[in-house]
Amino acid sequence: MKEFSSSTEYKPVIGFEIHVELATKSKMFSPAPNNPDEKEPNKNIDEIVTAQPGTLPVANKEAIRLAALVGLALNCQIDEWSKFDRKHYFYPDLPKGYQISQYDQPISKNGYLDVSVGGKIKRIGITRAHLEEDAGKNVHPEGLPYSLVDYNRAGCALLEIVTEPDIENGEEARAFLTELRNIIRYVGASEADMEKGTMRCEPNISVRRPGETTLPKYKCEVKNINSFKFAEAAINYEIERQTELLKEGKTPKQVTMGWNEREGKTVEQRSKEEANDYRYFPEPDLPVLQFSKDYLDDLRRAIPELPAQKRERFKSEYGLDDAAIENLINWKELTFYFEEVVSEIDEWARQEPGLDRLALIKQAANWCLQDFSAMLNAKMVNPNDAPVTPENFAELVKLIIQGKISGSAAKTVFKVMFEKGGEPLSIIDDLGLHQVSDESAILSAIDKVVAANEKAVADFRTGQEKSFGFLVGQTMKELKGKGNPQVINKLLREKLKS
Amino acid sequence: MLSKDEVKKIASLARIELSESEVEKFQKDLSTVLDYVDELKKVDVSGVDEVFEVTGLVNVQRDDAAIVSDTHEGIFKNAPEMKDGFYKVKAIL
Amino acid sequence: MDFTYLSLTELRKLLDKKQISSVELTKYFLERIKKSDLNAFITISEEQALKQAAAADDYIASPGENPFLCGIPYAAKDLFCTAGVRTTAASKILDNYIPPYDATVIEKIKEQKGVLLGKTNLDQFAHGSSGETSAYGPTKNPWDKSRMPGGSSSGSAAAVAAGLIPWATATETGGSIRIPSSFTGVCGWKPTYGRVSRYGVIAMGSSLDSPGAMAYSVEDLARLAEIMAGADGKDSTTGQAMVPAYSKNLTVSLKGVRIGIAEEYFLEGMDERVKQTIQGAIGELEKLGAELVKVHLPISAKYGSLVYAIVAPSEISSNLARYDGIRYGHVTKNASDLMEVYTKSRAEGFGDEAKRRIMTGTYVLSAGYYDAYYKRAQKVRRMIVNEFTKVFSQVDVLTAPTAPSVAQKLGYAANDPLFGYITDQLNIPSSLAGLPAISVPSGFVPAHDDPSTNLPVGLQIIGPQWGEQKIFNVGYAYQQATDFHKKHPRVDSGK
Repeated sequence: MKEFSSSTEYKPVIGFEIHVELATKSKMFSPAPNNPDEKEPNKNIDEIVTAQPGTLPVANKEAIRLAALVGLALNCQIDEWSKFDRKHYFYPDLPKGYQISQYDQPISKNGYLDVSVGGKIKRIGITRAHLEEDAGKNVHPEGLPYSLVDYNRAGCALLEIVTEPDIENGEEARAFLTELRNIIRYVGASEADMEKGTMRCEPNISVRRPGETTLPKYKCEVKNINSFKFAEAAINYEIERQTELLKEGKTPKQVTMGWNEREGKTVEQRSKEEANDYRYFPEPDLPVLQFSKDYLDDLRRAIPELPAQKRERFKSEYGLDDAAIENLINWKELTFYFEEVVSEIDEWARQEPGLDRLALIKQAANWCLQDFSAMLNAKMVNPNDAPVTPENFAELVKLIIQGKISGSAAKTVFKVMFEKGGEPLSIIDDLGLHQVSDESAILSAIDKVVAANEKAVADFRTGQEKSFGFLVGQTMKELKGKGNPQVINKLLREKLKS
Repeated sequence: MLSKDEVKKIASLARIELSESEVEKFQKDLSTVLDYVDELKKVDVSGVDEVFEVTGLVNVQRDDAAIVSDTHEGIFKNAPEMKDGFYKVKAIL
Repeated sequence: MDFTYLSLTELRKLLDKKQISSVELTKYFLERIKKSDLNAFITISEEQALKQAAAADDYIASPGENPFLCGIPYAAKDLFCTAGVRTTAASKILDNYIPPYDATVIEKIKEQKGVLLGKTNLDQFAHGSSGETSAYGPTKNPWDKSRMPGGSSSGSAAAVAAGLIPWATATETGGSIRIPSSFTGVCGWKPTYGRVSRYGVIAMGSSLDSPGAMAYSVEDLARLAEIMAGADGKDSTTGQAMVPAYSKNLTVSLKGVRIGIAEEYFLEGMDERVKQTIQGAIGELEKLGAELVKVHLPISAKYGSLVYAIVAPSEISSNLARYDGIRYGHVTKNASDLMEVYTKSRAEGFGDEAKRRIMTGTYVLSAGYYDAYYKRAQKVRRMIVNEFTKVFSQVDVLTAPTAPSVAQKLGYAANDPLFGYITDQLNIPSSLAGLPAISVPSGFVPAHDDPSTNLPVGLQIIGPQWGEQKIFNVGYAYQQATDFHKKHPRVDSGK
């Protein structure tokens, strides 16, 4: 049993069971398609999924690979061998009357994940991550005496990740879930979408009394959580509820709670009538799994750069600020896109040594997180689904930095690129949005303005700084709004000083 | 000898309704079988690995390719009751 | 013309030479099946059979070589799923079940254009050694209709023995092919576990189930093995090795073949005349050149049935959990809630023997008992596997009586929950080790309770894992020198 140091406070103890539906084309033990978006009931089924008599499971190689990959990314130990077991219980969404899962020899175990909470690193232990098959879905039409069962999800490859009870509050929980989700997405194991249910999390929450050094004798599991925000809220709610009870000298009941989104609180669900006795035994239909050193070495090499390393690099190499980094990292596809833009920028930076690489990168990050994100979100698509290529994106950024286009004009150009694609230069040409940075053209405009506004010039020279603004405006107007403001500023000041 | 309550508990785990006379009958039958296998407890099995499966095969897996089955109709025909493409069951509480 | 008891090779020749059509053969055997009162069949698939036969005739009429089974009628134990043909496992819980797919074995026979005439009776879910636990009534032994044909492949054995069908599929978990083959005087092949795909065969004990066949000669079995065996992408436990051309490699001489005799297989208290018959058969093998070697299998003999009595029910309790009245099969009309759908459907659908095994398995797997029963049993099973491995480093095959007795009277098994474990004790250890075996007719002895009735005795030949060729060779050589396999019961002719 886990030992804690004694504390004078009420200390929450929180662990997670997280289920992730792996992004395989077919199911865990049958070739029936895996499609979390399927709307038609009982479409992705076959004789194996529906447990017709005589059918047998055959394990999906890719699911095993993804499970091991996630294990490695979570710093887990992967034994030389693993096996599947049968876990028995009766429920309409479980066709065989048992779930093929893993009992005492999970694919990976004893890992950890470091997450940053309030500037500090917190290490959360990963007890184990094992493969199993998902159950179907039961639908309960309200007020009717029957339920409906859909086996589309039944048999899909599911990775169950169990953490140590290392989490102490809602904020840590949320940070952990976010980082875990990112890792799962970065290694390509799953879309890990809480709302869609391809990632599901069930926190186990209990609170230690002051002075208590062991795990409390009870814990409350919370179900029906479909976003990280709710996970945080539900945990904080439970901590408060349980602490209150403890302070009153009561011990909270060991129950399963449900998160009620509308009321923002947890509600006790019907407690189970019968203690579970799953009667696990090794699945005789599936030979054991063996992981050779070569297999695991190949897998280790296949792990892409993970969020923690990316964060580090974005900071040291690109000089991005923490908020920008976090926002990028939390959107894997945008991060990957951004990095493609950066590699275009690097290409130019090599060819044109005068370019300020870091300024370009920072500008690119800003555009990714602002205009681009807003447009993508409005359309609910990912960067690669938009017609704007990283090359054109980078070029637009370069044009901005080089002063060839104004910020506001760039917004117009980007909008076109986002809608229709195309190169920024030709869009600028089409729309006539070139910025005039040519000093002689600007000088002749300034000459005209100075000649036509003697009073303003005189005012400025007597110290009225705001006249300067007026004269800049007039010059810009003379240049039909395309003048480079920095150049105008510079030349006008020189002109007025002379 | 198993108790009647034990037999009832097993039957409930196995989801088989038993009448009182069946409980008695299975109490006797199960006890006979359990007595029969009791001898096994005497075997020295220290250091012996259990059998999971006798073929000695490892890593039998299939490639991840989806196959759309053409057996839906035959599968649904066997269903006691369906509604709107779902399997219909008594309310799950 | 009389087509009963012809070998598959002979039927192949008749069909190839167009001396008879598949449709004629099919009608001939359908007629025999319908006239038979052995209760060997649960379902007769006449319509499909005639279609398949017509298709086979078309194929034979077209140029080119015909597959070995093309146009030859066969029957499948009603544990094999057959697309569109009712498959019951002899249980009321599957009374109305029509599989949407074919078992791999059935598919392979279909590719050969074999003709399925029907589904044979068996012990319910293959739980039994007598055929009496069938929900459709017991099958009768064609040698004496008051006797059991042995089980669980009771219908296949009786049908082949009575000449109702030239061959039939069967399955064995712990004696279910060998026992009925012995009791009815036919040749039965229980394959190496994993040699023949289990896909589509309704599961009993998943780590033990071996689909096989029954026919009139070892040569026929060798031909059938070539067709039925092989790796199957749908069954992860099938061996990946190529299937040898068993029938081409059959040898007449047993020179240099070392045959193991384990005294543990000659049980104390077993029928003396059975013992003598088998000793006679072994003498015959020696005459054919074999070298007899004394070996010992003490752990297997002492603990095999006990291990089986834990492992098989455990797997059964799990495999039968899917019968819940939701997706297929019997559903109760008397449920007031979901729990009762489960408990009543299963209570009404399963027979006593299935219930007994489900509950035994549920008990030994339940919390607190797993290590003491299941895990311990699987460790002893490892010791049994090791014991056989050691023996097969000394000998090529083992021979023994298939069963400790000849066929018993119907009703004999009914009230003994241990009947099977005792009847099958000569088969169970090799099943636990996943070894191949055949049973071949090797004589007749008078029934102990009725000296006027002579009943067949089976000689069992057990081989090492994947060693089908070795057992076929010994069986074939034996059948070249003897004619017990050509003796058939006098039954009411179907003509």
